[in-house]
This record gives sequence, structure tokens and C-alpha cells, in this order.
Amino acid sequence: MSEPASDLSEIMRAANGGDAQAYRHALTRIAGWLRPIVRRGLAGAGRSIDDAEDIVQETLLSIHLKRQTWDAEKPIEPWLRAIARHKLIDHLRRKGVHDHLDIDVFSETLSAEAEQPTLAAFERDDLMACLAPRQKEIVSGVSIEGLSAREMGERLGMSEGAVRVALHRALKLLAEAYRRSEA
Amino acid sequence: MRTDDLIEALAADNPPQRASVGRGLMLAAFGGGIIAAAGMQVAMGVRPDIAAALETWRFDVKLAIVWLAVAMSLLVVWRLASPLSRLASAKPILLVPAAMVLAVAVELSSVPASAWGTRLVGSNALICLTAIPVLALAPLAATLYALRAGAPASPGTAGAFAGLFASMMAAAFYGLHCADDSPLFVATWYLLASLIVATLGAVLGRRFLKW
Repeated sequence: MSEPASDLSEIMRAANGGDAQAYRHALTRIAGWLRPIVRRGLAGAGRSIDDAEDIVQETLLSIHLKRQTWDAEKPIEPWLRAIARHKLIDHLRRKGVHDHLDIDVFSETLSAEAEQPTLAAFERDDLMACLAPRQKEIVSGVSIEGLSAREMGERLGMSEGAVRVALHRALKLLAEAYRRSEA
Repeated sequence: MRTDDLIEALAADNPPQRASVGRGLMLAAFGGGIIAAAGMQVAMGVRPDIAAALETWRFDVKLAIVWLAVAMSLLVVWRLASPLSRLASAKPILLVPAAMVLAVAVELSSVPASAWGTRLVGSNALICLTAIPVLALAPLAATLYALRAGAPASPGTAGAFAGLFASMMAAAFYGLHCADDSPLFVATWYLLASLIVATLGAVLGRRFLKW
């Protein structure tokens, strides 16, 4: 596996201090580092890379929800690799039964590996079906429109804190939905 | 959802303070221990000859080994909560069988062979096999709950050690009631009881500690 940028631990430490800008930056770099690893992993297992972006997203969610298990005294790379490995293996196991047959079909796709992220097979609506309408609104408001928790609260008539709590719960539900998905 | 959008959502959910797994486990140990202690006292009570028992090496060694097991298994549970954990993370637990073997050796050398059987069977074996698992339920539930904040590389192994920890927590208090102090008894029945709870923990861990 290739190394993510060497100062990633630094950025993540800043992010842990609540610096959202640093955190966004760190996650973006992690996603870029993760993508080829996941594709290679899928290819190595003889699977379609169509699922690659799903796994990238699922891994990012885990990194986010489990970041308290990283010991900030230590470099973050081994921890990131362990999470990525866990999620990739988990994914392969989950899908193990259905699609072990088409190795040849995929070899072509693999050689034409694109640098751009493939579309996540789960389109927004599929995955977001696990969320309550209000949670859905909060997630898309924050992610796609880029609103802050306070702006979101004003729009929905909720306190900023309540928006944060709802957002956190929604992200946990999303992670669970990924884990359960068999598609 | 595009990955960039997801990252926006994650960045928005970034409070500066987050509960650490270690702290959660300490709370679970404390809370679970109190419930186990209260359960023991209400259902069975401390043995009447506790003061005299404290004067005997067998009783003291029993408690010392059980508390050593409490500490080591909690340490192992904490280590196993990391995605970087391996089976080798469980090494500290080996101190417990080492201490147990030593205690058994002393017992075997100080008691005539004809009495070994009686010591091993004791008077309370079935109660021990029931009481420890039952008293372990609250500490087990609390520990598994705390572990959900972790990311164990192997949920089953983490669950098993959570069970081991919970059973030792239960044994630490059950041991105050139990009148059988021989290391032969402890090595047999306390171990069996802890294996029951560890198995339960492994099953529950696989189910509830997945991430």
C-alpha cells in the first residue's frame, strides 16, 4: 500500500482539536489515497471495481466514527491501513457468495482503471432510505449545500446542538446501512 | 452520495471532544462491578468467617489471582478494542495462568495426594458455576456496550475477553461468599465458569461489535 502524505498525522491531530477545515482536508487526502488501494484490493480478489467508491465511502465513515481508536501519539498510517483492510475484507466476505465467477470479465475494466471516482452504486436515495426525513434533510443540507449546523438549525427551527446530534446519529445509521447492504 | 459530499457531512460532524474507549471501559468496569457486588451481597452474602479466612494464604491467594485476572483481562479488552490489535495483544493474560499454576503447585505439595480429590470437588461447585455467570451478566453488558465505541480487529475475540473480564469481576465478589479456597478448586471451577461467560461474550461480540 502506498503511503498517504507524511504530515497526515499532523492534520488529523488538528482535526481532532475540532478544526473542521483541517479535517475536511485530511479526509479528502485519505479518500484519494484509499481509492487506488480499494481498487487494487478488489482486482486482486477478482471482483468488479464497480463497488470501489462504496467501499471508499464506507471506509471514510468508519474512519470518522472510529477515530477515537487512533492513538494520536502514533503515526496514523498503520491505523488507516488497518481500517481500510478491515472494511475491504468485510466487503469481500459479504459479497463472497454471489459474485465469484466473472474474473475474466473484470480484467478489461481493470486495465482501463480511471482516476476519477466511479459513481457509488448506492445512489443517494438508496442509501439514505435508512434515514428519517428530517435526518435526510440535515445530511443533504450539510453535505450538498454545505450549510453549517447553525444555518441548518435556523432552517428547520432546531437548535444547533440538536442538528449536530441528529447529524451524528444519521452518520451512524448510514454506516450501519452500508454494513448490512448485500447488493 | 458523492464522496466529496460525504466528506462535507463528516467534517460538519467534528466536535473537539470525544469519549475515549479507555474511559468507557473504566466506567463499565466500575458500574458493572458495583452491580455484581450488590447482586452477590443480596443473593448470597459475604461468608460469615471472612475475618478468619483473610488470615489464610489460600483465601488471600484466591482473591489475589482473581483480581490479577480482573486487571489483566481489562487491559487486554482495552488493547483488543483497536483495529490494530492482534491475538498477541492478549499476551498480558498469560500472567494469570502462570500465577495459578504456581498456586496449584504449592497446594499439591502441601496437601497429601489422598485429599486432592476432595479439595478439587469442594462443596460449592455447582453454585460457583451458576453464580459467576449470572453475576457476570451486568459487567458483560456494560463492557460490550463500552466496546461498541471501539473498532476491534476481531469482534469475536474482543467479546470473548470481555466475557473473561466480566466473569473475573463476578468471581472477585463471589469469592467473598464461596467457602472453597483451594487453588485446585479455583483453577477448575472458576476457570470453567469463566469459559462459559467468555463463550457468551464471543457470540455477543460477533453480533454486536461488528463495525
